[in-house]
Amino acid sequence: MEGARELAINQKSKVANQKSVVAGARLRRALVLLALVLVASTLVALWVGYQRLDLLALRTDERARVIFFELRLPRVVLAGVVGASLGLVGAALQALFRNPLAEPLTLGVSGGGALGASVAIAFGMGARVGGLPVVFVAAFLGACASVVVVYRLARTGATVLPGALLLAGVVVNTVAAAGVVILQYFADYSRALQILRWMIGSLDVVGFDLVWRMLLFLVPGWLVLLAMTRDLHLLAVDEETAQSLGVNVRRSERLVYVASSLIVGVTVAVGGTIGFVGLIVPHAVRLLFGEDVRVVMPCSFVLGAAFLMLADALARTSFGAGELPVGAITALAGGPVFLWLLRRQQRYTAM
Amino acid sequence: MEDVKSGGSDGALVEARGVSFAYAEGGPEVVRGASLAVGRGRLAALVGANGSGKSTLVRLLAGLLKPADGEVLFGGVPLAAIEPRVRARRVAYVPQTVSTVFPFTALEVVLTGRSPYTTRFRFESARDVEAARAALRAVDAAHLESRPVTELSGGERQMVALARALAQEPECLLLDEPSAALDLKHRAGLIRHLRRLRDEQGMTALIITHDLMLLDPAFDSVFAMRRGAITAAGAPAEVLREDVLAGIYGDEHVRARRAFGHTFVWSEL
Repeated sequence: MEGARELAINQKSKVANQKSVVAGARLRRALVLLALVLVASTLVALWVGYQRLDLLALRTDERARVIFFELRLPRVVLAGVVGASLGLVGAALQALFRNPLAEPLTLGVSGGGALGASVAIAFGMGARVGGLPVVFVAAFLGACASVVVVYRLARTGATVLPGALLLAGVVVNTVAAAGVVILQYFADYSRALQILRWMIGSLDVVGFDLVWRMLLFLVPGWLVLLAMTRDLHLLAVDEETAQSLGVNVRRSERLVYVASSLIVGVTVAVGGTIGFVGLIVPHAVRLLFGEDVRVVMPCSFVLGAAFLMLADALARTSFGAGELPVGAITALAGGPVFLWLLRRQQRYTAM
Repeated sequence: MEDVKSGGSDGALVEARGVSFAYAEGGPEVVRGASLAVGRGRLAALVGANGSGKSTLVRLLAGLLKPADGEVLFGGVPLAAIEPRVRARRVAYVPQTVSTVFPFTALEVVLTGRSPYTTRFRFESARDVEAARAALRAVDAAHLESRPVTELSGGERQMVALARALAQEPECLLLDEPSAALDLKHRAGLIRHLRRLRDEQGMTALIITHDLMLLDPAFDSVFAMRRGAITAAGAPAEVLREDVLAGIYGDEHVRARRAFGHTFVWSEL
């Protein structure tokens, strides 16, 4: 009953939103709206915290300035950067695999990245080699390996089996998690604690240095994915048709793998596994602005930023002085959404 | 089998010359030295038993697969030498169905047919939307425009897939069993529509079909496939003969009779 009513409301809103059938106009309108949401979220995220933002104090009090500019501002920016990345990658993976349940966590990409990063941390390679943070590279390689394994297992000929895709993702995640646990067991105490801390997903950083270093890796990944929205749109409709329309399917797949692994690897290396952002955000965008992947991807990028800023603000404030890992909040919000989508998807396709 | 030409004053538009293909390297060849040619402005049918390689041959002709051996030509030029997006403006491939799991509207699906005409970072213009709507109207599916394709019946999805191909404004349509999910009226409607496209726009089409009843008055030529090769070709009346059909389907119960200007084909029970 509930589902049917939801679907009816859903369709009504969809009709209302598709008054403009020209996707370009829809994207422009959506981006203006989401930009406002992003600005509002940023202000809220900057405002709340253990110490409320006090503009007067900021001008006069040195301590308040330090708290704001070196703790809160970088953290909010980091949440935005990670959220945007995860939203964008989730939307891209869903289109590529033609599976509404795909996202970095469910496909095992995050798990692979976490294992890669753990290896680097456990062996004390937190430093940089030739300016390249080893943890980033290890996480990227781990993410790459898992996406290739999962995809190879799920693909038979021209079709990707939706059930097999998710099962393979779950197994890769489990194996990767076991690997992390074993590494923790053998690593010395401080490194084990370090692994544990970011495994759940947390965004406590100090200063902008890390954010800049991340952006160096993320921006190319973002640009590749955003440049591929048309191909991904055609692929989401039908793979064979996309190919007949001139899409180089193999090349598009490889580009999306590499870009997604790079983005997920780097975000995992910094913030740990923050699950379900890539699931909730693209679906919220779909409900609001329709299915067109060329609209969904850029909008997921903006809304993902706003979403994780707010989730992190909640994580910072919900327990007074203490704080929850943001990954726990996104998982609590995302789990039910996943289950709801699973139920809905079973009506479309017999898995 | 030597080159089988269907004639046609402008020469062949779509041509396969001794093409072979296997899905797995060293695996069984699904298509073995198949040759056919469809003249410009011709309506051709490809028939044959299940598993005889028809779909694979059409995918080879559409450039979706690359032949291991032999050559596919389009307008006398090797298909492989044509840039994929240019190819998409000239040849449209219609798969058996639209397979998406996302509730795209029918119009959104048809609009993807306009993508060969837009650049990477441009959305469709109002003119493209008009072309897509015209394509939907052409297949009597205008009323489906804002319906999610995931909620359409098999036959309706089929019409949407065809409209998408028409929105490409191609010279040639390659259709993989377009009538499989269609009812009596829409089957005949599809063939009528293809004839109109041929007569009014000089459209060329090659259709895989099991609907032997529709072949005789409607099509210009029929190609029959058996075990990966073209074993019979010619005007419908030449192919729809009991001895030829028995060979194609390996079935001695096949009967063919001409009446009311049609050739009726059935298999004795």
